[in-house]
Amino acid sequence: MNKAEIVIIGAGITGLSVAYNLAKKGMKDIVVFDKSHFLAGATARCGAGVRQQWATKLNCILARKSIEFFSKANEILEYEKDIEFKQGGYLILSSSKEEDIQFEKNVKLQNSLGIPSKLLTKEEALKIVPHLNKASFTSASFCHTDGHVNPFLMSEAYYLAAKKLGVKFYFFNEVKAINVTDGKVTKVITDKMEVITKRVVNAAGGFAKEVGEMVGLDIPVYSENHEILVTERTKPLLDPMVMSFSMNIYCQQVPHGSILMGRNNPDALHNHDISSSWQFLDEMAKTVNHILPEVAKQRVIRTWGGSYNISPDFQPIISDSSISDFYIACGYSGHGFMFAPITGELLTEIIIGEPLEDYANALHIDRFKDMEKIDKEHSVV
Amino acid sequence: MNKQDIIICRCEDVSLADIHKALEMGYRDFESIKRILRVGMGPCQGQTCEHLIKNEIARFNKVNPETVKIHKTRPLISGVVLKDIAESQDE
Repeated sequence: MNKAEIVIIGAGITGLSVAYNLAKKGMKDIVVFDKSHFLAGATARCGAGVRQQWATKLNCILARKSIEFFSKANEILEYEKDIEFKQGGYLILSSSKEEDIQFEKNVKLQNSLGIPSKLLTKEEALKIVPHLNKASFTSASFCHTDGHVNPFLMSEAYYLAAKKLGVKFYFFNEVKAINVTDGKVTKVITDKMEVITKRVVNAAGGFAKEVGEMVGLDIPVYSENHEILVTERTKPLLDPMVMSFSMNIYCQQVPHGSILMGRNNPDALHNHDISSSWQFLDEMAKTVNHILPEVAKQRVIRTWGGSYNISPDFQPIISDSSISDFYIACGYSGHGFMFAPITGELLTEIIIGEPLEDYANALHIDRFKDMEKIDKEHSVV
Repeated sequence: MNKQDIIICRCEDVSLADIHKALEMGYRDFESIKRILRVGMGPCQGQTCEHLIKNEIARFNKVNPETVKIHKTRPLISGVVLKDIAESQDE
């Protein structure tokens, strides 16, 4: 019978970061299961943006610490290729009085936490992206240290570094059951093998709720399809990510030259659908044509969908649980990729019992016992 | 001919040597190789490279090429249901 010190369920960016950080701290016999091929889930489907302009203190801190890691990731992980960390900034458009007020509050909070964001007039925003439709917005906020990381290559960098430290990966192994005896996890059973283990990490992304149910834990998250499209590779058109919450768009040109854009569907059902719809293509085209007419002249070559795993306050759950040695990292609400570095560091501290910085206690699943008191993130697409 | 000079994916400029290196590193299916090398992500969406890569995967894994899955076909390059066209006459 196989034995492991810890089993991580899910080899997406979250599981990879947790595996790497545990191994770096010296933990041996780490096993990672994934039900499909390399990066089959949400990580490879994400919008590749990394931002620090948030409306809650918790998200701001998680983002800032993760950006610090991205800026040094190639060296730390000794990656032969390049994770394509590009700091073109995030330009977030305001098109109403309410957004102006919200952004003023956001920037004040972000600045107090060491994030160098600022409010811009329409004219200042047009200096950064001259071909923005002037009539589509009134002002903006901007943070020049936000930007882009390649999700495939960032994941590979973690994956290879973790493998080098001895982490064992088993792809095409779908976890079917987790045995719990006297409130402690004892065994993980996949469709191909069984492993005796003392600890389990739930890093199952879109399927985190189902994995929680395997140990009788009710994690208050759901999954929802968010669609994206990509254009052909083209000349440099956009330096920053351009985003608007009220107009429902994020749009960024990645270093490769193609332009990614996405928006949410307010009527999306809570399920595991990740299909592409013509409605998305239609609405996305109209939205980008309104805000960025130059970008709308490019040819779309592909659309796809991926799961957001959404928590009640749009902030992640990174914590232990009422099941002894069953740990959770889920509910990222669309931001698991950009928060992955700090996720791995924090969950490692929780698992090996190191003291946490004060702010991180707010990531505990128990915060949802009193839904009245939660600090909800509003700045999301 | 040098493997580095044999272009398998013309959209993303990926050579046979790149494909073989990925296979040797442990990326043994089309979807995994796609994520590392971008094959199938360019304007042709894999219409040029997919059968070539399928054969390379089959040869490496010593299996029949017919059993090797290629990547998911994504819109816009895919068949369209006539009903969807018929019902989208709202303008």
